[in-house]
Amino acid sequence: MNRWNVISGVAWRTLKNALTNPQIVIPTTLFPLFFFTAFAGGLSQIREVPGFDFPPGYTAFQFVFVLLQSAAFSGVFTGFGVARDFEGGFAKRLLLAAPHRSGIVIGYALAAVVRWALVAVVLTVVAFVAGMDIGGGAVDLVGLYVLALLVNFCGFFWAGGLAMRFRTIQAAPLMQMPVFLVLFFAPVYVPLELLEGWIEAVASANPLTYLLETGRGFVAGDPPHVAGAFAIAIGMGAAFWTWAFLGLRNAEAAGA
Amino acid sequence: MSQVGAIARRSVVRTARQPASVIPPLVFPVALMTVNAAGLQASTDLPGFPTDSFLAFALAVPFIQGALFSTMNAGSDLARDIQTGFMNRLALTGLRDWALLVGQISGVVVLGVFQAIFYLMVGLASGVEFESGSLGIVVLLLYAALVSLAFGTMGAWLAFRTGSGETIQALFPVLFVFLFISSMNTPRDLIAVEWFQIAATLNPVSYMLEAVRSLIIEGWDAQALALGFGFTIVLLLVSIPLASHALRTRMTRT
Repeated sequence: MNRWNVISGVAWRTLKNALTNPQIVIPTTLFPLFFFTAFAGGLSQIREVPGFDFPPGYTAFQFVFVLLQSAAFSGVFTGFGVARDFEGGFAKRLLLAAPHRSGIVIGYALAAVVRWALVAVVLTVVAFVAGMDIGGGAVDLVGLYVLALLVNFCGFFWAGGLAMRFRTIQAAPLMQMPVFLVLFFAPVYVPLELLEGWIEAVASANPLTYLLETGRGFVAGDPPHVAGAFAIAIGMGAAFWTWAFLGLRNAEAAGA
Repeated sequence: MSQVGAIARRSVVRTARQPASVIPPLVFPVALMTVNAAGLQASTDLPGFPTDSFLAFALAVPFIQGALFSTMNAGSDLARDIQTGFMNRLALTGLRDWALLVGQISGVVVLGVFQAIFYLMVGLASGVEFESGSLGIVVLLLYAALVSLAFGTMGAWLAFRTGSGETIQALFPVLFVFLFISSMNTPRDLIAVEWFQIAATLNPVSYMLEAVRSLIIEGWDAQALALGFGFTIVLLLVSIPLASHALRTRMTRT
């Protein structure tokens, strides 16, 4: 059994569990759509706020946020699956059976990517049906989805690292609350320039702000600080990758 | 009445002993309100926006969001009683059906009022001024109790009907849709997307939010209050017979 067998086996099982269980697949798919509908529909008048300048429109402005949010949460939700596997004892058997244990983590990460890809397709189709305008070209869109993919990696490696340390689904709030806070402490509804008070200070210091601004720039066709945003995303991905693999060592040491 | 009191006391004590049932309904709505109020302050610059403080505008949301949590709490607790066999044991006693329902819902209402007082204190501490004055605060607390009663009864109906805590939890996103597709973040007349404006107008939760909001930012708006109280009473009048019928069926089965 080589590493790819482990990766594909873990990914296939995780996806099958996630996609055949309505209680998992429905919230994962519907929540981003709820957010997109509520924000793009209910708040669309914000485009009339003095100083708001985003030529593709408010639907596109919110699409980028919801796309990054769905990427992060698909990763986190896959982390819940890891915790469930440890709690139920399946992960112990997996650790015993897999000759290449790093393949277990990579397999879960692959499942997180596929889960998010399905949500991203639905979200993108809905956004275009809702009349979203795009100012950027194909290269810009590739940049946006690659950026979101990196956010997905970060979301999974963060949650997976915690799951392998706590090995119980009771750690779920710990996995999702920081991600939720980081996402909502970014300029979600209006550009950074229109934020005031404490949220402006917090958003300015929040690394996700730069990813969000670059993502929105890709959609508008004029992305700011591209190199900086990718450097942040890759840097965070590398840090959380290390965090996750240290979590695996922790689980191994504990005998899972 | 002693039966109702015993069940109500059990409901309150059980909830109070579970931090997971008490803390999220208090913290999560306030956190969401704080973040939204900061991020959406710029929308108060829109012509026709009814207040210059988005926090005052958004303060209505936790009251209704907290009530949605009441649905989940009431439903989950009752479903657990069914799943663990507690309901079977109750069926062997002389407890009347309605006493079980009223007692359980009383506990939810107590928690709902406690939540409302917490949101109120957060709002007042953040500098929100109630245009309707102290009498408006009393009306707001009464309304919070009524909303908790209506949503709690609905949760009880779902629990008796399904008997599964997992199913109740899975319904949470469905309840959230009603909150999101409403005038939660924008006054209905300022919603630019037509279908969203229609959906928000058809959604009773919009009127519940607007009743609370009117007390905070407008003063005494008879129409907003009549619609808010009216829809809540209708929800209650629909939920009570449904819950009673489902309870009778459930007790017969046990």
